[in-house]
Amino acid sequence: MGNKQTTFTDEQLEAFQDCTFFTRKEILRLHGRYRELAPHLVPLDYTNSPDIRVPLALIVTMPELKENPFRDRIVETFSEDGDGNQSFNDFVDMFSVLCEASPRALKTIYAFKIYDYNRDNFICKEDLRQTLVKLTKGELSAEEVSLVCDKVMEEADLDGDTKLSFSDFENMISKAPDFLSNFHIRI
Amino acid sequence: MTTVFITLLCIPSFVGASVCVTYTMWSIAPSASCGPFRQLKTMIQAGKRWVEELERVNPNLSVLARAHSYLVEHPFSCLSEPASFSSKRERLVNNLQNLSVGDRERMLRGMPLSLGVKSELRQEASQQERQTQSTRQIPCCSRLKYYIIIAARHGWYSWLSFLHSLQLWQVALKRVSGRFGTGVLSYFIFLKTLLFFNLFLFLVTGAFLVLPQVVHPPDPPPKNLLFTGLELLSGAGYFTDTVMYYGYYCNYTLHSTCKDHEAYIISTANETRLECPSKLSYNMPLAYFFTIGASFFITCIILVMSKSFGQSFRIDKSHSILAMKVFCSWDFKVSKKTSVELMSENICTQIKELLAEVNHKMKKKKALEVLWRATVHGLAWAICIASTVGCAFGIYFFSEYMHKNLERESRSITKEKPIVVEASMLALPVVVSVINLLVPGLFNAAAWMEDYDSPSFRTYVAISRNLMLKMSVLGVLCYHWLGRVAKSPELIGLQCWETFVGQEFYRFLIIDFIFTLLDTLFGEFLWRLGVLFTPILPAVQIIKLFLLFYIKKGSVMMNCQAPRKPYRVSQMTTVFITLLCIPSFVGASVCVTYTMWSIAPSASCGPFRQLKTMIQAGKRWVEELERVNPNLRHLSNNHLLPQSVVDGQRKIINLLQEQIQNEGDDKKWLITRLQSIHEQRRTPARKLTRLKLLMEQLLLWKNWTSSSLEVTRNKPGD
Repeated sequence: MGNKQTTFTDEQLEAFQDCTFFTRKEILRLHGRYRELAPHLVPLDYTNSPDIRVPLALIVTMPELKENPFRDRIVETFSEDGDGNQSFNDFVDMFSVLCEASPRALKTIYAFKIYDYNRDNFICKEDLRQTLVKLTKGELSAEEVSLVCDKVMEEADLDGDTKLSFSDFENMISKAPDFLSNFHIRI
Repeated sequence: MTTVFITLLCIPSFVGASVCVTYTMWSIAPSASCGPFRQLKTMIQAGKRWVEELERVNPNLSVLARAHSYLVEHPFSCLSEPASFSSKRERLVNNLQNLSVGDRERMLRGMPLSLGVKSELRQEASQQERQTQSTRQIPCCSRLKYYIIIAARHGWYSWLSFLHSLQLWQVALKRVSGRFGTGVLSYFIFLKTLLFFNLFLFLVTGAFLVLPQVVHPPDPPPKNLLFTGLELLSGAGYFTDTVMYYGYYCNYTLHSTCKDHEAYIISTANETRLECPSKLSYNMPLAYFFTIGASFFITCIILVMSKSFGQSFRIDKSHSILAMKVFCSWDFKVSKKTSVELMSENICTQIKELLAEVNHKMKKKKALEVLWRATVHGLAWAICIASTVGCAFGIYFFSEYMHKNLERESRSITKEKPIVVEASMLALPVVVSVINLLVPGLFNAAAWMEDYDSPSFRTYVAISRNLMLKMSVLGVLCYHWLGRVAKSPELIGLQCWETFVGQEFYRFLIIDFIFTLLDTLFGEFLWRLGVLFTPILPAVQIIKLFLLFYIKKGSVMMNCQAPRKPYRVSQMTTVFITLLCIPSFVGASVCVTYTMWSIAPSASCGPFRQLKTMIQAGKRWVEELERVNPNLRHLSNNHLLPQSVVDGQRKIINLLQEQIQNEGDDKKWLITRLQSIHEQRRTPARKLTRLKLLMEQLLLWKNWTSSSLEVTRNKPGD
């Protein structure tokens, strides 16, 4: 819009603006935050789209993610290699999906991916158990955890295959008014 | 008739009429033997049929509508099967290029693909579009239209980008949400919304009322009093004859200044004045009338169209509570370590409670316990209502006492010092503010002895009790201003009662700010009503909200911990807007309507002097228009009387809710039906339970069809 910056070309910024929910300023700010994580690794000049990935261990040190029990899964979901090493595109994508303007359908899809630990496109009992343990930080006993998993499966599983497919998950989320406001990270 | 027409223009008859038209077009069956929609089930079908026709002619359009939903429903198919991926990718690119720019952006942003893939798709789509565009022959006029649309879109996005970049309080909001979560954040976001709202309305009143009057001050220069510090609190003294109050505004048409040799003298029956031949003129009374009306109209539209309204209405209460607790209860915004630990503990406790409930079923409450609880609730409510009524009577008698004091003062020979009189005017606001501060404390004490099922219910009860108190206090004050002061202003020696009432509003606003930093509802009602008498009031409210934000934030950061008992916070924004803004808006608009319609304005000040009622300004203008253009007379005679807005909206909401519920049941039935088809290979014992389930679902579906038949049979309007 008039500010001279040499981090991105104009086409790159336009592409970012069209494909995410961020404005130019926010994208430049995000680049600053990305660079802060690994200043030696991330160059200032991104005009030739370098293939740099910041490892998982550094990304989860961000204050927005540090205390989140699902931080590892979030970062892994939004990384191309599935191991949590994020390029800048993945980084922007992650915060764009988790921002306020992001629609419910999109957030539901990614929430499902996050809670699906074994990545088999189903949330099985083991995934549920892991989610619950992370959520309660190990405060529930093993018996209580298994009871809760059974109960959740009973409530949400509509087709009776003892695992939650995406349509089961989506059906359950569509009735939860809290989801949209809770599944939101301010950056 | 003309009166009704003008009044209903200013109050949201447009909104009411459009709701009714929408409802008519959507739900009511048109007559079968007359009209352009005969033999259609609903009027909307005319449009639907046209869309179907278009889709038949151009098959891409239907694919387009389906492609997006396909992608959302099969988000994993995109990337999992590489063989079919390229064909799907081609289809996606094809669909993208057929869309307009805005729709393309919306679809791109909503795609569950990685950013790299999205930007590649975008590039391919725009390349292909450029290729097909160069071969296509676009006629010049549609190309021009295309360029205009692109330029307008560019302009709009740059304006949005600028607004976004202002980012008022971005860091502060982040800190609050990081420490306290979404619930507390919603209050601060509410303050921010109110601030922008006030800013917008201040721009409207400033541009149309304050600015013209400042540029053309009224003819006789007002006598200047000395400025003492008390004006900032009392609003009287030096501020009386300034653009702050109603009394300063002229009641004639303003003309831009012109040179002497150009002007000519007009002498009418009442006055002789100079008039310029062809310069800009500005009809002040009309502007005043329509600006106030327009600001109320805009307020109504913004409130009704508020985005946070629809987002958090819960429909299906019973099922999947535990599942929702597990998947949707973690607030991703919270980042402070202690808050996170607290939240984790809370969720754990809630899950344990839910588990206990589910395992042991609901304990049957004994009759005695129920009776005891009812008695306690009744007692608490009795205390609250009694204190509210007591406060209302107290304010009534105190305001009467102040009124009598003023009467005595105006009749007496030896006048008190003006500064003492001004200071004594602060007494009523102080009393009201003290009541607003202390009585809610009493309500809290009463609520402490009650036992509620959930903290959110306790919050709603507290809000409604406070609301009851505020509304009754405000009602008494309105009676005092509009019923006592406005009816006979000469008794207290006033020439201009509107300015006096405006000053009262200013005093209340300032004292309210000093006393009750918790209370924004009172201020909201005050400024909405007060803007009629004090066009600058939104500016005062803006300053107050600005300071309030920082004071509250400081207080919250220093004094509060994250809530020990978490509660459903998604509906807080809706609650704030519904309970707090709408009663104050409705009350204020009722008062303003009554003032404009029935009360005689002062004869010696303000833009409506020498009129019987304020509404006459508008009436005269319409009569003028009719005189100039006789066709308009027919228009004013065929006015639309809007039907009940609330009724129409409520019916629409009910129909929509039923539709959603039915679709949910339908989905459930279809999924189980699908499963049953797979199950046919399984063991007979399991088959039996599945069969039972299938029978249950079939029954549900039967109920749904019969209930939907009932709905269509009982459609209103028959």
